[in-house]
Amino acid sequence: MSQLVFIAFQDNDNARYVVEAIVEDNPHAEVQHQPAMIRIQAEKKLEIRRDTMEEKLGREWDVQEMLIDVISIGGNVDEDDDHFILEWN
Amino acid sequence: MSIEIKTHSVEPIRHTYSHIERRFGNKPASRYQEASFDVEAKTNFHYRPLWDPQNTLNDPNRTAIRMEDWYAVTDPRQFYYGAYVGNRAKMQEAAESSYGFCDRRNLLTRLPDDLQETLLRIMVPLRHVELGANMNNSSIAGDAIATTVSQMHIYQAMDRLGMGQYLSRIALMLDGSTGTALDHSKGYWMDDPLWQPMRRLVEDSLVVKDWFELTLVQNVLIDGLMYPLVYDKVDEWLGERGAEDISMLTEFMRDWFKESLRWTNAMIKTVNAESEANHAQLQTWIDHWEPRAYEALLPIAQATTGLDALNEIRTQLAARLDKAGLQSTGVQA
Repeated sequence: MSQLVFIAFQDNDNARYVVEAIVEDNPHAEVQHQPAMIRIQAEKKLEIRRDTMEEKLGREWDVQEMLIDVISIGGNVDEDDDHFILEWN
Repeated sequence: MSIEIKTHSVEPIRHTYSHIERRFGNKPASRYQEASFDVEAKTNFHYRPLWDPQNTLNDPNRTAIRMEDWYAVTDPRQFYYGAYVGNRAKMQEAAESSYGFCDRRNLLTRLPDDLQETLLRIMVPLRHVELGANMNNSSIAGDAIATTVSQMHIYQAMDRLGMGQYLSRIALMLDGSTGTALDHSKGYWMDDPLWQPMRRLVEDSLVVKDWFELTLVQNVLIDGLMYPLVYDKVDEWLGERGAEDISMLTEFMRDWFKESLRWTNAMIKTVNAESEANHAQLQTWIDHWEPRAYEALLPIAQATTGLDALNEIRTQLAARLDKAGLQSTGVQA
């Protein structure tokens, strides 16, 4: 049985950097551009890393900043200062 | 009755401008990309500029440095006008609140007279250096090609003007906004032997024609030694003598310098890695200007922190240049 985790963002300028970072860190992720929304799903695990984001953005970045643009998530969350991980335990 | 909700998705025909698409592919582009890449004109100039008839407008020959594509030099902070202004507004808000606090509590006028005098002699004259840096960066922004490069320099120019004004405000706090402290402090800049090597260096830099040489001299070499010396070492030295409060007023400069390191480092690294000829040219400039920047700061270090602090900073600059693939002579790192 497939176990998909997903996260959906509003399609705005902030979210594009997150999507770029996610694609780099999770080559297995599938990005779906929907009207005004970007949904990313992946088998088992999705990881958003602060260091990758900071490199993309060119500034310091707080993991919680991302939540402003998040519409929905699916999966168990493991969040700390350096990463935000979605996976099914 | 059942309602079925359906979404229709419309695929946009264009994700971004054609010139951005040619560079980055047909996908949504960031604001920074759209505002910065392939913006300035490169061809079809009708007339040569009256102010420089040897060259065309946006002529790549205004520097000895050659780049296949100057847009390879980008801003790691991704500042375009909106992002830059938003960021600086935040920094300024914090600085304003510190200045307001100092002003309301008379933190500076409560300092002993000799310390107030030291501030006017050692710190406030730096506003003249800042104005020089403002003019240099404006001129670079005028001569540089590639918007990614010129916009970094015009932001830098604005920052320097702002910091010059902050330094002036320190003097105005000391003299009760009469302006006498500003005149007094300018006297040090014009006549005190302590400042003459620096004044000479700033004036010499104003007539450097090659814009990349100028950005190297101003934003990497002079600033690379001056900022850590004045705003870290001299700041510490002032603190030991009871003027800790001044640190509140120079916090902007420390934050700013730390941030500016990112683009200056990225810029010299990219340009140096482009070709052997660029490397040789940069190295020649560094060999010429780095000792001059050091000598210009010598009297200031001697009058305050002592020479060790300046030598330590010189070693740090050497390490920084080394990371970009360049050497600085005159220091055994």
